[in-house]
Amino acid sequence: MSDNTVDNTSSGTPAQPPGKPPGKPPGKPPGPPYGGTPKRRREDRLEDRIDAAWIWDRIARATIFLGGISAIVFVLAIFLFIAREGLGFALSELDLGYFFTSPNWRPTNETPQFGALALIAGTASITGLAMLIAVPFALGAAIYIGEFATGKTRETLKVLVELLAATPSVVWGFIGLSIMNPLIIEMFDVPIGLTVLNAGIILGLMAAPIMTTIAEDALKAVPDSYREAAEAMGATRWQIIRQVVIPSAKHGLVAAILLGVGRGFGETMAVLMASGHAINMPTSPFDSARALTATIASELGETANGSEHYRVLFTLGIFLFLVTFVINLLADVLVRKGDKKRS
Amino acid sequence: MSDAIKNGFQAAPLDRRNQRNQRVFRLLFLTMTVILIVPVVVILALLTIKGAPALSWGFFTESPKNGLTEGGIFPALVGTLWLVAVALVASVPLGVAAAIYLSEYAKDNLLTRLINLAIINLAGVPSIVHALFGLGAFVLFFKFGTSILAASLTLAIMTLPVVIVSTREALQSVPQSFRLACWSLGATRWQTIRKVVLPNSISGILTGVILEVSRTVGETAPIMFTGAVFFLPFLPQSVMDQTMAMSLHLYNVATQVPDIPEALPFGVALSLILMVLLLNSVSIAFRVHLRRVKKW
Repeated sequence: MSDNTVDNTSSGTPAQPPGKPPGKPPGKPPGPPYGGTPKRRREDRLEDRIDAAWIWDRIARATIFLGGISAIVFVLAIFLFIAREGLGFALSELDLGYFFTSPNWRPTNETPQFGALALIAGTASITGLAMLIAVPFALGAAIYIGEFATGKTRETLKVLVELLAATPSVVWGFIGLSIMNPLIIEMFDVPIGLTVLNAGIILGLMAAPIMTTIAEDALKAVPDSYREAAEAMGATRWQIIRQVVIPSAKHGLVAAILLGVGRGFGETMAVLMASGHAINMPTSPFDSARALTATIASELGETANGSEHYRVLFTLGIFLFLVTFVINLLADVLVRKGDKKRS
Repeated sequence: MSDAIKNGFQAAPLDRRNQRNQRVFRLLFLTMTVILIVPVVVILALLTIKGAPALSWGFFTESPKNGLTEGGIFPALVGTLWLVAVALVASVPLGVAAAIYLSEYAKDNLLTRLINLAIINLAGVPSIVHALFGLGAFVLFFKFGTSILAASLTLAIMTLPVVIVSTREALQSVPQSFRLACWSLGATRWQTIRKVVLPNSISGILTGVILEVSRTVGETAPIMFTGAVFFLPFLPQSVMDQTMAMSLHLYNVATQVPDIPEALPFGVALSLILMVLLLNSVSIAFRVHLRRVKKW
């Protein structure tokens, strides 16, 4: 092992002490900062140098590692803290059967009723309608931007889509409230415009740019060699897309749709403002509805900490967390599957 | 004979059909893209037309008056600045560290996969669940109360994925040969990161930070119960104070205040979206510029 040490020094400038990095930053004059002297070395350690730089490297590595796992820590913390407030209640006092099958959400009654079915139906119908609108257009746009458009057009479209995705949800909600609402009343001759239709359209417009971006990434993940091979056989661009690119990007595209669904499912402010927020089992797009997320947002402010009502809202939070978690997990598995198939 | 020569260079019927299909589908997808973008542009134009009359110098420098039905948005603007600043202080170092880990240290193993999954989840968890977390953790458990600190920390965790993902991209765009050159000079990993990788990706990181700011400005649900309030007659003095915020202010003037002059909420909406779009445009312009000047 000590041979190595000798090797190290002899390959550097002879004047330098062993272990000192030869070409260290010009800003630092020669001297102690990097001066790992032979005296400080522990013979039984690796042939690595142990100097200030080495110590800093260790400290930095540990700090960065902590930063690296912070995302995991936070996801766990989120679950722990909402479970802390809501899980005990959900498992012991809340009638889960009633929770999932009754549309009666009357948390402030003298004998409160916690049936979330109407809220789940509201979320499902709004998200469903939004996806009906968003999925075709988002995939179409992704294919156009990713496969047909070139050069400046492509860059411009990408930037536009990115800007659309950046619009805050509260602004979307405001648009639903103040622009879509009168528009729907006038166009369909209905008494209220704050309905599943309104929220669905708004949510569709919101989710589409995000889905477009993810779907385009999925298309980009298909290696160019696939396209070139197909082109060499005389296929047109559309044939390449339909028979080569889309089948190969299939998993990624489904993941894009899933992430869009997750986004719609968890959207709060826009749905709160545009859906009418009425507890109601929606039977047509012109009914008002109420979403799970919006219920938490509108009721949490009025509840006393620790009360039943407060806890049931955290239970809704747990439900939302778990559903989005599963959706994200599925999307991740799909993307991995696609990658594996290709390599 | 001459016919055969003439037709020899013409497309066969099958080719022509394929070409036609190609044109049809290209047009179809172009239409879809346009349909996706145009309504939004129209809506933004409407917002601008209806909101512009409300904008004036006083609108940005005055407090709301008469139960929010008059006056400006000054305290909300200041409050949003506070929230963004504190959130950045918390999330940028953490996010950059996470990105450095993923780009420079992480191997392709289970832990890395878990981290990536956690990042996707952090971005995918509904904003209202982040709000519940902020309330349960920062307001109640750590006893920060409803304050800028609690709201900003909630926002910081929520927007962490934006910093991580964009910083990781910036770090990964530094060529591997730069690192190899540095290592072969005997530098440690950290020296390489600090002296070579970070300086070469700092502008890319900044792009991500601007993007994060724009996200933070627009978020409403996470701050509703953790620190932002309906109205405050004074400006926040420390991170333990409550504050007004642009996004929540828009929600309030749009839904909570009866008999409000129509232009006022439009004005608030317009200023909010202008802020966000401006930040995003700066970020995008920065990125395009970077791509152009980069020498490798």
